[in-house]
Order: sequence, then structure tokens, then C-alpha cells
Amino acid sequence: MSIVIDNQTPVLVQGFTGRIGSFHSKEMMEYGTHVVGGVTPGRGGTVHHGLPVFDTVKAAVAATGAKASIVFVPPPFAADAIMEAADGGLSTCVCITDGIPAQDMMRVKRYMRRYKAENRMQLIGPNCAGVISPGKALLGIMPGHIYKKGEVGIIGRSGTLGYEAASQLKALGIGVSTSVGIGGDPINGSSFKDHLATFEQDPQTRIVLMIGEIGGPQEAAAAEFARDHMQKPVVGYIAGLTAPKGRTMGHAGAIVSAVGESAEEKVDILRDCGVTVVERPSEFGSTIRQALSACP
Amino acid sequence: MDIHEYQAKKLLADFGVPIPLGGLAYSPEQAQYRASEIGGDRWVVKAQVHTGGRGKAGGIRVCSSEQEVWTAADEMLGSRLVTSQTGPRGRGVYRLYIESVAEIDREIYLGFVLDRETERVMMMVSAAGGMEIEQVAENDLDSLIRIVIEPAVGLQNFQSREVAFALGLDASIVTEVANTLKACYRSFRDLDATMVEINPLVVTVDGRVLALDAKMAFDDNALFKRDQISELRDKSQEDPREMKAKDRGLSYVGLEGDIGCIINGAGLAMATMDMIKIAGGEPANFLDIGGGASPERVAKAFNLVLSDEKVKGVLVNIFAGINRCDWVARGVVKAMQDLDIEVPVVVRLSGTNVEEGRRILEESSVSLITADTLAEAAEKSVVAVMEGARV
Repeated sequence: MSIVIDNQTPVLVQGFTGRIGSFHSKEMMEYGTHVVGGVTPGRGGTVHHGLPVFDTVKAAVAATGAKASIVFVPPPFAADAIMEAADGGLSTCVCITDGIPAQDMMRVKRYMRRYKAENRMQLIGPNCAGVISPGKALLGIMPGHIYKKGEVGIIGRSGTLGYEAASQLKALGIGVSTSVGIGGDPINGSSFKDHLATFEQDPQTRIVLMIGEIGGPQEAAAAEFARDHMQKPVVGYIAGLTAPKGRTMGHAGAIVSAVGESAEEKVDILRDCGVTVVERPSEFGSTIRQALSACP
Repeated sequence: MDIHEYQAKKLLADFGVPIPLGGLAYSPEQAQYRASEIGGDRWVVKAQVHTGGRGKAGGIRVCSSEQEVWTAADEMLGSRLVTSQTGPRGRGVYRLYIESVAEIDREIYLGFVLDRETERVMMMVSAAGGMEIEQVAENDLDSLIRIVIEPAVGLQNFQSREVAFALGLDASIVTEVANTLKACYRSFRDLDATMVEINPLVVTVDGRVLALDAKMAFDDNALFKRDQISELRDKSQEDPREMKAKDRGLSYVGLEGDIGCIINGAGLAMATMDMIKIAGGEPANFLDIGGGASPERVAKAFNLVLSDEKVKGVLVNIFAGINRCDWVARGVVKAMQDLDIEVPVVVRLSGTNVEEGRRILEESSVSLITADTLAEAAEKSVVAVMEGARV
């Protein structure tokens, strides 16, 4: 049993019949994810990829017993789709959509608080690559073959930089337990800290790699959490050394707008909290190998 | 997206924020006419540019006659205003805002931002109006009043009263201040702003509340539902390269170095730029061509990166996930054949079908340098630019 999902978890795809949702649904099914159907309002009762399509999340959950969903709905409608998932009784939702207005996400987070913590859906993303537990299940858009099954947990904001790290690890024969993309938006469903806590409890994970970047307070909060509450070693990297202050670097959340948000400052915070820092992005593999050999 | 002061004031006034009398001018004659229209005997002529620090840079002038307004406008229009925030090129001054001068009793700083820690809108108020908020935060953080606003119910009267009394304002204007704060918050919420700043918000000697300056920025991701904001875009205030990129759906930030970067994914782009720096070079730009990396996008990216005259070499770093490297490699080769590229180009591909992609690059007739790893790509691009030679 891996964290977030495994190959038994019944999965719904929101935005199932759209071009992107349709493509990635097929990839996920081929990887071994237990996709049980999809939701596209107005297409209920039809069949897509041999699976039932529903008009609403509630109808889909009632018919399939789905526990998780992945959202490929376009930005204007994505916040609404996430709230529908939260209200539909799902326990996990990954949102891939890039470009959701920040205040829409603010309202999503507020809306989710109406559920007691123990019943509250776990939201991953938006603007993320999703989750993969190599050899088990893919609830995301990662290319599955670059991940080897193993003991390193990865949490990252960026998709392709996470792929870079995973392929450096694979080249050294090091595998991944689960990789979680938390996304590049200023307001996201779950944070580095949330997933560090999960990895700390995960028996398959020996070490966690955290791939952060400029902007926001989450890397610092995670480093403090690692120092105060974790036994497992944490290795961290911060992208954006060359990023000028006040400019958005692609990700809506990658902007230095307050003290402590630049790459240099975050690296210092990580170090002060005892996190092993990956000095350069070509050294994800070698740093993890070294840290693993020092592991008990 | 940023807008001008006069545009922000108009938007805020529609929500009920009191602003001084003012008018827009595109010529000295129009500036003089605005002054006579406003009346009184003192005016302020303000350059409309997308930057702060205008006052110290000579972009705000107080005038005591209509003739002085004409002269100030004549000098300012068409000039470039270089402030502490613009960089050496500055920003072109093509519009002026002429405003009546207020007799100030108190100056207050008022700002609204999206706070990422609480994931709420946060209101910030300081008694040190007129000062840059960064300075206040650095020197006297305790004097900064910070109020987190609950999105379900909005800014409450008691929160505004707390602020007004903490500032020591006269009880007679507390209601007016509270109404102004609420109006600003509503504008932030209803227009999908990312920042609303009034610095200073003043209390005049005759006891009125006025927004003397106004700055607003908006969430680019929300512009699809805010057409009245989209149409306020002023391209004359944008870096020409960034404007071109934006209009082509590419995410680009111009920098000062000489190695042009074409990369897919924002995180990988930042990491590659960092790697260039570590290898002893300087990136000329940030450019994320997105997940697709189709041949068309690669060609567009080459065009854009090479339009920067500083660029003496290009580094292409693509991680093919869902696409295959062979497809990306064909796109790179085609773009290089179609465009006449005179600077060295280093290409590093990784991911799906990487061997096939590398073979296509190596067997192609175009002149490029291949690299297998991120470190090698950065080092080769730095060396190639230093040698200034085409390999």
C-alpha cells in the first residue's frame, strides 16, 4: 500500500472526454491505475474508453464507488470541479489544470473547510504533474517509464524538474516510492509539509526529496517541520537563484514578493533546519545516493 | 497585469473610494486645459508609468500656474522615467494625470495583498504613509497593522474600526475611513486583483479622506472573466520581448545575460538558468515553452530568443515526457534549418526515446552542439559563448 493511491484505488476522471483528459486517462489505465469512469456534464450515459461517463460526481461515486479523482477541466471551470469532488465524497483529488484564478482557489480552500478534517478531501495541485507510485499506479501526467520503483519519496512544485530528478535517480539505480507534485500556484491544495508528514509514516519511504522554488512560505514551513517532527532524512533543492525579484517565473506562484522568498534565503533556511541541500540541479542523484548511504 | 494610477483611481472611485479631482492629458495643451477645468491655484502633474518611485525620479511635479503645468507636461511627455524600480531603460511617459493638490493633515499607507500563508486577502495599514512598504516592513514591522479577511463574509466594520482607532484617527472620520477600506476590499475581490495599494491615503486639513495615489495589479489567470481590466493593458509599458512572448502564449522574462534559454517547464527552466550561472555564464532570459514542445513552439521560441541582440548562444533543454525526443529533435532541426541562426546552439534532450532523438540531432546537417546531461549542457553553452565561435 503506497501513499495517496495504489492499483486498487477506484479513480474517476473529471473532464474525461476532453482531448487532454482523454489522452491521459488512457496513459493512466495502461500504467495500471484502476480508472472506473469519468465525469463530463451533459455526456452522462455514454461510454468512453470502455468506461461509463456520468453527468455529476455524485452520480459517478454512487455507481462506481470511486475514492479518488483527477481533474482535467479548463481553468474557468476547474475550481467548481474541485468543489464538486469535495462534496461528492471523494477522499483524494488531483488537479492538473494550470491557470486557475488565485481567488477561485482561495474560495475552494474556504469551501473545503466546511468538512470536518477527518472527512475532508485531500487536494493535490492545481497546476501539478500529479502523483505516481512506480509499479503501482499513476494519478497524473508523468511519463511512467522514467521512474524506478524504490525508497525515495519526492515532493515537487515543477513537473519537468521532477522528471529530471527521477531520471537522475534511475540512472544511478535508485528508485522512488511515490512522487507527489504539489503544483506551481500561489494557493494550492496541499503543501510540502502535508506530504512530508505522510512520507514520514510511509514504511516504503526511507528518505524524502523536496524540490522547491522561489516564492511563498511553504518550503520554510516544511524545513521546520522536518527539523521538529521527522526521523527520516530530507534532501532539498530550491530553483530560481537567477530569478529577479518581483517577476513571475512561469509558475504563478514563482515570484519573490516578501522577505524569505528568494532562493538564497530559502537555501539558508533549509540548511539551518538540517535539510541536506542539493547544491546544483545536476546533483539530485549524487546527493540522494550519498544521503541514502548515510541512512541507518 | 499592471495598470496606470489614473485607471486604478477610476476603478476605485466606482467602488466608493474618494479621490481628488483630476484629468488625463496626452499633450501640454490638454494638461493646461485639465488644470483650468479642475480649478484652484495648485496642481500636480503625474507621469503615468507602470512603476513606483516616481516622485524621487522627477515623475511628479507640483505646479502653481497653468503655464507651469504646460511646461511640466511638455518636458515630461515623451521622456523616459528611470526610477529605482525600472532598471536603466526606464519607462516611456506618454500619458499624464493632472490633479488638484490636497492640504494634508495625515498620511496613511493602505495595501491589500493575497497572503500565501493564510491563503486569505490581507489588509496592511501603517501610520507611515508615503514611505515604501518594504522599508516599513524592514525597519518597523510592529507598526504595520495586518488584518486577515475571511473570504466568506468579507471585511467587517469592527476590523476597519480597529484600524482607524489604532491609527489614532479622529472619531468623526472613522466611518468614512471604514467605508474606504471596505470599498478597496470589494474592488480587490470583485476585480480579481492581486494587489491594491493606496500610498498615501490622506486625511486633509478640512477632515476629508482622499486616495492621493493608487496602484492595482491583477491576476493574469482571471483576465478571461475581467474584460474591463484586460482592455486597460498598456503595451508601451512592457518590455518589447516580453510583450511579443505574451502575445504568442509563451512565458518569457528578459534578463541581462547572453545565453538564450529554450526550456520546457518553469521549474526546469529556472534550474537550467541556475546551472548556467553556476557554470560561469549569465542567462539572457527565462522561457518556458510548455509541456507540448511542438516543432511550431520550438520555432517560435528560437525567433523570440534571437530577437534579443545580447544573445550570443542558445541553450535548448527539453525533457520529453508525453512527447518523444525524436519528435522534439525533428522540431529543433527544422527550426534551425528554417531560421538563419548565427550563434552556437547547445541542445540537450532527455526523457522518452532519448537515444533516437540524439541520433537525429547528430545525423542532421545543421550545426549544433549536443549534450547528455544538464551540467554538460550548461558548461558547453558557457564555453561556446566565450569562444564566440560557431562549432
